[in-house]
Formats: sequence, structure tokens, C-alpha cells
Amino acid sequence: MSDPIRDAEHGAPITLTVNGTRRTFDGDQTMPLLWFLRDELSLTGTKYGCGISQCGACTVHVNGAPARSCQRRMSTLNGAAVTTIEGLHSSGEHPLQVAWREIDVPQCGFCQSGQIMQAANLLTSNPAPSDQDIDSAMTGHICRCGTYPRIRAAIKAAAEKQS
Amino acid sequence: MSGRDFLPWLAASSAADPALGDASDSVAGASLELSHSASGESGATVNTHRRDFMKLLGLGGLVIAAGPFGARRLEAADRSLAPGAEPWDPHAYVRVAEDGIVTITCHRSEMGQGIRTTMPMIIADEMEADWAMCRVEQAVGDEPKYGSQNTDGSTSIRDFLGKYREAGATVRALMEEAAAKEWGVAVSEVSARNGEVVHTASGRTRGFGALVATARTIAMPAATRIRIKTPAERRWEGKQMTSIDLVPMTTGKGVYGADVILPGMKVAVIARPPVWGGKVVRVDDSAALKVPGVERIVRIPETPPPSAYFPLGGVAVIAANTWAAIKGREALKITWDGGPNATYDSAAYKATLQASVRQPGKAGRAVGDVPSALASASRKLSAEYYVPHLSHAQMEPVAALARVANGKVEAWAPTQSPMDARNTVAQYLKVDPANVTVHVTLLGGGFGRKSKPDFICEAAYLSREVGAPVRVQWTREDDLQNSYLHSVAAHRLEAGMDANGKVTAWLHRSAYPAIGATFAPNVPGPQPDELTNGASDIPFDIPNMSIEACQAVAHTRIGWYRSVNAIHHGFAIGSFVDELAQAAGKDSADFLVSLLGADRSVDLSKAGLVAPASNYGASWTDHPLDTGRARRVVELAIDKSGWRSARLPRGKGRGIAIHRSFLSYVAMVVEVEVLPDGTVLVPRTTVAVDAGFIANPDRARAQMEGAIIMAMSNTLYSEITFAQGKVVQSNYRDYQVTRMRAAPRVVDVHLVPSEGLPGGIGEPGVPPAGGAIANALFAATGVRVRELPVGKQLAGWMARATDSEG
Ligand code: FES
Ligand code: FES
Repeated sequence: MSDPIRDAEHGAPITLTVNGTRRTFDGDQTMPLLWFLRDELSLTGTKYGCGISQCGACTVHVNGAPARSCQRRMSTLNGAAVTTIEGLHSSGEHPLQVAWREIDVPQCGFCQSGQIMQAANLLTSNPAPSDQDIDSAMTGHICRCGTYPRIRAAIKAAAEKQS
Repeated sequence: MSGRDFLPWLAASSAADPALGDASDSVAGASLELSHSASGESGATVNTHRRDFMKLLGLGGLVIAAGPFGARRLEAADRSLAPGAEPWDPHAYVRVAEDGIVTITCHRSEMGQGIRTTMPMIIADEMEADWAMCRVEQAVGDEPKYGSQNTDGSTSIRDFLGKYREAGATVRALMEEAAAKEWGVAVSEVSARNGEVVHTASGRTRGFGALVATARTIAMPAATRIRIKTPAERRWEGKQMTSIDLVPMTTGKGVYGADVILPGMKVAVIARPPVWGGKVVRVDDSAALKVPGVERIVRIPETPPPSAYFPLGGVAVIAANTWAAIKGREALKITWDGGPNATYDSAAYKATLQASVRQPGKAGRAVGDVPSALASASRKLSAEYYVPHLSHAQMEPVAALARVANGKVEAWAPTQSPMDARNTVAQYLKVDPANVTVHVTLLGGGFGRKSKPDFICEAAYLSREVGAPVRVQWTREDDLQNSYLHSVAAHRLEAGMDANGKVTAWLHRSAYPAIGATFAPNVPGPQPDELTNGASDIPFDIPNMSIEACQAVAHTRIGWYRSVNAIHHGFAIGSFVDELAQAAGKDSADFLVSLLGADRSVDLSKAGLVAPASNYGASWTDHPLDTGRARRVVELAIDKSGWRSARLPRGKGRGIAIHRSFLSYVAMVVEVEVLPDGTVLVPRTTVAVDAGFIANPDRARAQMEGAIIMAMSNTLYSEITFAQGKVVQSNYRDYQVTRMRAAPRVVDVHLVPSEGLPGGIGEPGVPPAGGAIANALFAATGVRVRELPVGKQLAGWMARATDSEG
């Protein structure tokens, strides 16, 4: 088992931007980004579902790429630009957010921040994803309510609108 | 192109009322965040009932509440507000303010089923409200005020539809009478329409808000004036409606259990006994206390089994943030005494359950003479089935925030049952429930886990110990290893058929540790009446039946999980019927239809069910077993699924099953594709549902989509096992659930149009799915799976014989 005392890192403070705002962190640098966002910045849209990169609920963008915030330690984030669901679109009208609402995707809604963040990256890199593209991009995201068929449909609807 | 065009199976049936497109959007955009303000109440001895009414009245406007004895206007002089008055029992509250804003109090918890949309849309429709002016407010836990708030058993609409409608219709009548009085015209000349009352002859209109002052003072409308709308008059009920929480849910603004923040709040992560009934022997917390951010270690006393809703106890790490609390717990060195359940082992227990179903049990339903019918049958078949423990594994692990100060407890939690939470916290802390307030956040999935308030008690206990607000955060590992699990179950079925393949005898024995064992000592197994949850209430036409409950002792906390025992009953019965069809050499669907027999409406309490002959809380008069409804959904599913079309090639197959549960009838045809390595994909599922009147069809479809996907998890992947009394699995890595790739391409849901009494929607889609999936796998591969999960059992299927032992 790890030694929590030795593991605690207190190097120089970490400076990063979150949703465009500059932030500094000088706590235990083993802290995953997830808990920094939630506990230190009160950005609670990013969710904890498993803590081990198995569910996708905590997905954010780090320097434009999707990342599981439960796995990204603060020590690795100096100078990084982080975008969370709160910062995806200024008025919450990213084409995916709009499509999600048109199709009434969410049931409980808990997994949806992570799903939308992952899908946003998919559409950036692949504006017209096939069913297979969607399956492989989204397979790391669990929705226990079972909204998968609607997520597929919403991604396609948003892709169509963007094109 | 509308987004819905990408759901071809929805597009045909989702035509929205064109009148409400904009209005519903503006509700979606309205501020619907949960109120988290502190109540600031004082005076512990004030009658809380009276206090709450007074608070509502203090807000001004017109308040209508509907309960079992009709709808009333709340007034300062209300008899029910006098000290010592009989408590009155309203459930639905509607307030119309002078500015026209309509506030509807939702007394049920939102966990993905859509009740925060469905309840207001029923009331607003009956009121003739302007949807853009409607707001939803979440009720705190208060049973005297709101009636049962326990959001389980798929009861929100089936128990409350009539009251919601009556509340709305009363407001409408009152508004019409107020306008008629103001204008000096006959009430028959005016009508409410979209938030205002119209006098057609003169073209005058007046908004609901402007009518509030008069509506508060005139006499209440006569009972004959309170008229529920005809189906043709409805604007929203039964139609496509946009859910109201979509904006917060898609922008990260929805407030769930762990999202409530109070100043000075601490975070606690708790090491709980890994074995049910286990105890802490020794704790070395020196390393934990050195973790930066860890502030205190607090012992929570263990609750011995049956621990019911109380916490398991253990060692809590109190920290400044969640990460420190998690690391602090990792650093604890605890010696546990497992106690008597430390020998619980799933492999051994499976053998115990199987032995149990090979002995006669206690009859839950007895019809005719099964032994003689079996003896004289021309063909006999028997099979045994096994379903392991399952966990809800809802995406949001439980979390709760509590603040205990000055003898008052205030908690914020994703609870399915705020009233149970309030009462249990009060019992646990030994305070008066009047001093406990439980606010309900959104639930990140519930599925039954969040009916149990143990985690809320933990937060309250720790807040009192620490003297600060405390949020208890369960990790995913905690969620899987210290939950209230779905019962493990074994089944034995025997049947006899005559020469024509008609089933003449049916013996069904099931053994599973009972939920009752979580609440009472020495519970030897399920009560015979519990078999009404999907085993003794089957719709089949069989002259000789014995349905028996066999012994099984619980060694872990057992709880409700979406559709409860109907999960394993449905799997066993659905599979066995298919096995009988194969044995009889008949098409599975034809066989199922003939097994239902001629259409009958049966009061099962007079057809062999033992007392009390439960019927999901309803009477057998209101909700008899109606085999015609069962037959019609089966035929609908056959018809829409393409069952009769050309046979699918090897590796693909369809399976069918029907189940009545929670007063609804659901038939399902699942089409599977099994890859050479045994991976199962589901190209298509056809679901036919007769749930009586369905208020919100889109959410009903969503529940069916979710039900098949959750049933795929239950059937194909998920399993909780025990070794040395402890749960073996720890996270989604080894507790696997359905993911995107395997999820159905198409879920084609057909809702039978009906004005009948509503049945449940949230659960009834699960029970038929297990059997339908297993039957489809058999059709595709020739492998009959009798023990769940399917897991790797299909590996190498292509090399195996095409027929199993039968
Ligand atoms: S919480 Fe990060 S992947 Fe599950
Ligand atoms: S909507 Fe509930 S977990 Fe995805």
C-alpha cells in the first residue's frame, strides 16, 4: 500500500486555467483534478462515479483533449487549460447540449456532463461519426439509467446540425 | 431536421402538441434549482403541520391542496390549523401568486423517471395553466403533509393521478367562478384557457394572477363544478412534453447529493465493517491523522444485524476535502471482527439455496393437485435457475450533507424517501422528528438504494460529533461492498404437459434471503405472500399450480432493487416457458399465447393465493389479473418485432417473454447477435406495454429503454459474490454493467392506448427482459443459460452442439 505521507506532494504552487479563469493550487499535489474542481472551485458539474477511470462521469477537457479528471493529479497540470461542463458553452447551447434537450436524453442526468464532454471532443475530431465511431468513443462512459440509444441519436443530430 | 428524427422508433409516436413547443421550452429554461435555504425555524414545540401551512399562507397568493378527502383552499381560519385539529392529509399543493406564477410542489423524488415533469404537467393541464408560468418546487420530507413520499414501487402516478387531477380541476373551477363574479356574468359563460379566464361573449380576459384576490375570498366551487377534463380536452397529459430539468442536467447545474455546499463544511469518508455484523477490534489512526487535510477520526458505533436503516458503523475520517478523507481512510489500520457472517461464501451458499428448492416450501399459491397432475402428465420437464446478488450501482454513489446545531438537524440528500430519512435520523439521534428537516436533491439514479437513509444518519451523527456541517461521501467501492444488495435466488420449476403440449401442472419453488431479514431477526426466508412479486401472480392458464417459498437465511443486508424479486422470478419463469415450448416442439410465441389461455379477469385472492394476497398495494377489484391485457401485449410485441418474418441465421436469435408486475403488463421481444467469442449485442428490442393510462409517454418510453439496458446488465454481466463474508467485487472493473457498444440499436416501445387505472412504469420493463434475453441467446446459439450472469458461458458456442440437454 502507498504511503500517504510520502505521497503528499507540496512542490511549487500549480497554476492553471479553468474555463478561462486563472487558478492557483498549493495543496497536496496528489489530489486529482476532480476534487480540485469540486471541492476547491465548487464546480460540481463534473461528477465522481468510480475514481478509477471506469465510468467517464468525471470527464473534462485538458488542453482540448478529453481527460478523466479522477486520474489527473494536480502535479501534472501546471500551465494546463481545463474546460468543464460549466465552461463548454457560455449560454449552455453547444450543439450537443441543444440536441440532448431536443431528444430528452437524460434520465437521472448524473452521467450526462461526462457524456457531453466526451461527445464534444468526438465531434471536434470527427464531425460525422458513424455508429461505430460513437460506440468506440463513448464506451468508457457508463449510463446506469440506460440512455445510450438517445445519446447516439443526439450525437448524430448535433453532427448533422454542425455540418 | 428535428433531433427526434434520429430516433426513428420515436419519431412516429412523438408528435407534439404544436401549441406548446415554445411554452415548454421556456419552462425548461426557467430557474428550477432546488431550494437549499436554511429554514431558520425556531420553537421546537410548534405543531409542524400548522407551521408549514402558515408558512405557505405567508407567501400570499392562492394555495390549493388536494388529498384523499378532496381539494381545499388553505386559509388562515382553516379548521385543520387549529391547535389539536385532526391532521389533514393533502398530497398535492398548488400556489397561484398575484403575479400569475404557479408553483407546484413535487412531493416525490426525481431519480430519472421524470416525476418532476409528469406531476406538474398533469396539474397544470387540469388547471388550464400557462406552462411558461409554472414552477416546480421540491418538497422536504414531511409525511403528515405530503402523504407517502417513498418513491418506490412505481407508485408516483398509480397512487396519485386522481389527486393531481383534482387539485388542478379545483383551481380551474375557482378561477372561473372568480372571473364570473368580477364580471357579473354566469359562470357557464366563462372558461379558463392557458392561464387566463375568457368571457367569450364580450371578449374579456383576465389572468389567473389578477383573479387571485377574488379567488381567495369567494366560496369554494360546488363539488359538481370540479370536473376532470375529458381526454379530448387534455393539452399535455398523455402527450409529448419536454422534461423540465433538461437545462440544469445538460449544463452541470443540477444539484445532486454531493453538490450542496455549506460554509465550514467537512467531508467524511468512512471505513465500515466489511462483513455484516462485524465490529472494529482495534484502530491505529496515527498515519491517517498525518495525512494533510485530515482533521479528526470519529468512531461510529456498529449497529448489530438486523441493522435496518441504521448505519453499519465503523471509523470515519473527517477532513477538509474529499481527497484528504479518501487518503486518510486508506491510511487507517483497522482490525475487524467479522462475527457470525464471516463464513458467508457465495459458492457454498448457492449449493444451500439449490438444496432448499429441492424440498417443498410454504405455498404462496395452491391450485388443484400438482402431484397427481405431474404423475399423469405425458411429458414432464424440470429445470433449476440461479441469479446472484446484484447491486444498484447507480451512477451517483450515495452522499449526504447534514448540519446539526441547536438541537435541529438539517440534511440534504438524494433520498427516495425523505419521510423515512427524517424519521430514521430522528430515531438514530434520539431527537423529535419535528426538529429534523430533510431536503431532497436530484438523485443520480436510485433504483431502490436510495430508499434507505443509512448514509443520511451517518452525516447527521458526524455533524453532531464534529460540531460542523459534514458531507459523507461513499466511494464506488463502498457502494458495492456495503450496500443493500438485491437478493441471490435459486429456483426450481417442474411442469407436466398433456399429449397436445398443454401445460397441466406447474410447480415453482424459489429460495432467496428476504428483505425482511434486514429489518427483523430470525427471518428464515421469504414469506409466501412475497411470491406475489412476480411468481404466484403469473397470468398462465394452468389447472394445477403450486408456487412455494423455500428457506434462505440472509448474511448481508438485502434491499429493494428495481422490480425486486420479479427480476429472478421473471428470468426463471420466462426461461422455463421457453424450455417448455422447445420440449413441446412449438414456436415460442405461439406456445406463450396458448399458455395464457382464454381471456379472463381474475381476483387471485379467490384463485389460490394465500392471504393477504398482495397486489402491489392495490385491490384485486381495481386491478384484477387480466389475461386479455397480457395476451394483447404479447401479440403486439410479436407483430411489431417481425417475429413471424424469416428465421434469423445462426448467431442471431429472438426471444420473447411477458410479465405482469407493479400492475402493468409488459411483453418483450429481444433480438441478439452473438459474436464468435461469445460477446452479446442487441440489435433490436420490441417492447409492448399496457400500463393503463400513461401521463407522460416519452418518459414511459425512456423507462423501457432503461429497463432493457439494466436487464442486460443483470442478465449478461453483473454479479456480486462473497468470500469470507466480504463482497469480492470493488468497482465497475469487476462489477460490469451494460456499455454503449452492446446497448440496443433500436428500442421500439409500443404503449397500449388506455384510459384505465394507471399501473407502474419505472420497474415493469425489467422482469420480462431477463427471460427474453436468455431465450434469444438460446435461439441464437443453442446454449441454454440457467445461471446468471451469462458472462463467459457462451465462449466457444459455435463449436458446441446446437441443442443443450433440454
Ligand atoms: S470518476 Fe473518473 S472515470 Fe469514473
Ligand atoms: S442518466 Fe442516469 S446515469 Fe446516465
